[in-house]
This record gives sequence, structure tokens and C-alpha cells, in this order.
Amino acid sequence: MIPAQVDYVRPADIGEALRILQEREGEAKVLAGGYSLIPLLKLRLAQPGILVDIAKLGMDGVSEDDDWLRIGARTTHRAFHEHPIVVDHYPMLRSVAGGIGDPQVRNWGTIGGSVAHADPAADWPAVLLATHAQVVVRGGDGERTIPAREFFLDTFTTAIAPTEILTEVRIPRRRRRVGGGFAKLERKAGDFATVAACTTVQLAEDGSIARAGIALTAVAETPFAATDAEAVLIGQRPSEEAFRAAGVAAGAQSRPAADIRGPVEYKRAMAAEMVVRALRVATQRALAFG
Amino acid sequence: MTTQHVTVTVNGEVREADVEPRLLLVHLLRDTFGLTGTHVGCDTSHCGACTVHLDGRSAKSCTVLAVQADGATVTTIEGISSGAALHPLQQAFWDQHGLQCGFCTPGMIMQSAWLLGENPDPSEDEIREGIAGNLCRCTGYVNIVKAIQQAAGELRASESAPVVAAETVEGQEVSAAPAAG
Repeated sequence: MIPAQVDYVRPADIGEALRILQEREGEAKVLAGGYSLIPLLKLRLAQPGILVDIAKLGMDGVSEDDDWLRIGARTTHRAFHEHPIVVDHYPMLRSVAGGIGDPQVRNWGTIGGSVAHADPAADWPAVLLATHAQVVVRGGDGERTIPAREFFLDTFTTAIAPTEILTEVRIPRRRRRVGGGFAKLERKAGDFATVAACTTVQLAEDGSIARAGIALTAVAETPFAATDAEAVLIGQRPSEEAFRAAGVAAGAQSRPAADIRGPVEYKRAMAAEMVVRALRVATQRALAFG
Repeated sequence: MTTQHVTVTVNGEVREADVEPRLLLVHLLRDTFGLTGTHVGCDTSHCGACTVHLDGRSAKSCTVLAVQADGATVTTIEGISSGAALHPLQQAFWDQHGLQCGFCTPGMIMQSAWLLGENPDPSEDEIREGIAGNLCRCTGYVNIVKAIQQAAGELRASESAPVVAAETVEGQEVSAAPAAG
């Protein structure tokens, strides 16, 4: 499979990249690791006029400030997985990074690319939704910050304008009594999720659930926050019954499509099950980080 | 149709070509440079038969544009050994019957070489996880895993072997430690 003819530039700085996006608005596409975009080019599902390769623009650091874990858009899944901050403090995020695709994909695929691509079955979008992350984009008029819950609009469709570049993902810094869990059902190694659930739990002093974040991937036209399931948990003591009630609510809120990975009712049931499993882990981690 | 000039260091040799931006790295290697050891299997980023090292990181060369590799260093299966001697992974795949039809083997060896560079003493699980992006439809992977274990042991032994003779050849100090891939 050969991509259609396309122009290619590798700008030396972000100003030049933004200028090209402006000049070729509507036909330019940003290229990062390429592990989502190039397959689309080969299938000719995407036929941009020009590729703007951001390989020279840096944006590949991971750091923490008082409020956020800041992830440069070009950080690869592997670099994130191996980063000391992630290894030491973010077991859920680390497990997500280690479960993306396969080793070669993780070597080159970037977190920003995955988020901007917005595949309805991708893992990172669910993580951003569950954690109430922010997405930072830059355009000709400067920078703006978009809450994750306003970012994923539809299948392969986000709130990034065609003239903007995603520069950073910000996930709330982990606090005490907060834990995350991610549970993914896949048919075979390296597959996209049949369904995956990301959950975060914040425990109050009395041990009840003060806040919960729950998001699902692969069971709707875009990853979504299962707000009904979140509401079920608030004020509850962590228990199998509470987790199951949240799972059922999340399954009811999903809109899966029947495909080779299973029929609708199966996916709904698995959505519920993945939420339960992810909540168990999230709660254990919240207790362990008391 | 416009072309762009690319310079890529392939197996230690600086190579240049004028390419269309849409040309895939695997086609640059195979069709332009004649290095047909890198295979095209599925052509959909799944099977890993086209795996090469790009600036030291394993990559599926069917999922990289040649222009992205401009200025980069690429190692293919042809460049993994020096001279006629087989790389320990190549020898181990032979010894352990780590191949039948052999189509996946170049990619499998390149991925294994990257894995052992990152983790010289992987567990069986880590080996299986490490080659999860490389498909073999013949062997059932059992002998591939054995081959990687054999090579890992040999590479570790050669790394830890004492440098017996730091010889001096024409005034230059030469380490006797083998260059492990």
C-alpha cells in the first residue's frame, strides 16, 4: 500500500510549523510518531496535501509542577513508561503506556499523537477523561488550554483547530488517597481494546469515595466520561456492590457497535466488568497512597 | 511530482537518494538501496517483518516515511553481523530452529536485538512481550523464545568475559571484547 502524493516539511521551530499550518489550512496534517497517521495515509483514508513533521520541535519532556503532571506532546509511550516520575508515582498511567500497541509502536508512537488522533478505541483519551486532564494547544494567536471533557468531540474529531498544534497534556498531580486503575479487554496481543475502562478514586478521611473519575473507550463513537457511574459512587464506601452498581451504570451509558470484537450486549457487559476491575485497583492504590 | 533529497546512514554507510515524500522507508531500503533482507509482510504495521533499528530504536519500516529518516542512522538485518560471522541471534535462531519459512526472521532478529540491548537478561514473559509486535505463522514462537534465550546468555557471557588481551596493533589499542549488537 502506497500513500497518495503529499508534500513534506520538517520545520525547525513551532513558529514556522504554525505558519505552514496557516498557509495550507485545510490540507495540512501534523505528523508526530506516524504510527496512527501513516497507516491512514497508506489506506488513503487520509489524503492531506502536506505533512508537517514536528520531529524537531522538542515537546518531549515529562515533569511535575504543584498541580500537574506535564507531558510533552511528542513523548513516546515508551519514554513515558520508563520515566522516573511515572515509575515512582503513577502506576496506572504506567500500565496504560505499557499496554499500547506493541514495542515498536511504543518506541515511536507519541501520547500527543494518540490524543490528537482520537481513535474511538484508543486508551489515552479515556485516561484524560477519567483524570480530568487538560490538553494544551498552540496556534497563531498563542496558547489555549482545553479540558479533556470538552476535547473529544466525535470519532477522530477533537477541539483542536486545523491551524493549531497540540503541545502538552496535563494530568492532575497525584494527591494522597488518590488511586487510578485501568482495565482493558483485548482479543490478542497488540490489539485495540474491545472495551477499556479508566477509573480514578479519591477517598475522604472517613474512607468514603469523595471523587471518582470513570471513562470508557471503544464502546461509543468517541471515548466518553461515564458520568452516571461517577455519580453512583460519590459518598459510598468502596465495596463490590458499589463498584458493580457503577459498572452497570457505565454499561448503560455506553453505545457500543456490534463488530468483529463482539455484539452490543456483550460489550455492554464487558464495559461494566472492566469498570469493576479498574475500580478495585484504583481503590487499592488510593489506600496504599494514604 | 517533487522529490526530496535524503541522506541516511545505513549499516554504517552513508547513502543518498532523491525520493517522493510518500515513499516508505522499507521501500527505500529494499528498492533503492537493494537491501532486501528487510521484508514487507502485512504492510499494515502489524506483523513486524519490516523491523529495523532507526537511530537505535526498533521501528516498523513500513510505517515510517523515507523523508522522516533523513539524517538518521538505520541498521538492517544485513548490518547486524560483522563479516561472515553470524550474530549470536542469527546463530541461535539456526541452532534452536527458530524459523521454518524464515519470512519473519529478519524482523524477529532485529526486534530481539533491540530487546536484548534494553534488557540483557529478559524473563520468558519479557521476551514474549518484547516480540509481541512480530508475528510468526510457522513456529508457534516456542523455538524463537529459546533462540532469544540462548543468544541472551551468549551475549551476557561475552560482555562479562574478562578482556584477555588488550592487544596493540600498529600502535592502536584494540579491545578484545566483542562488539555485541
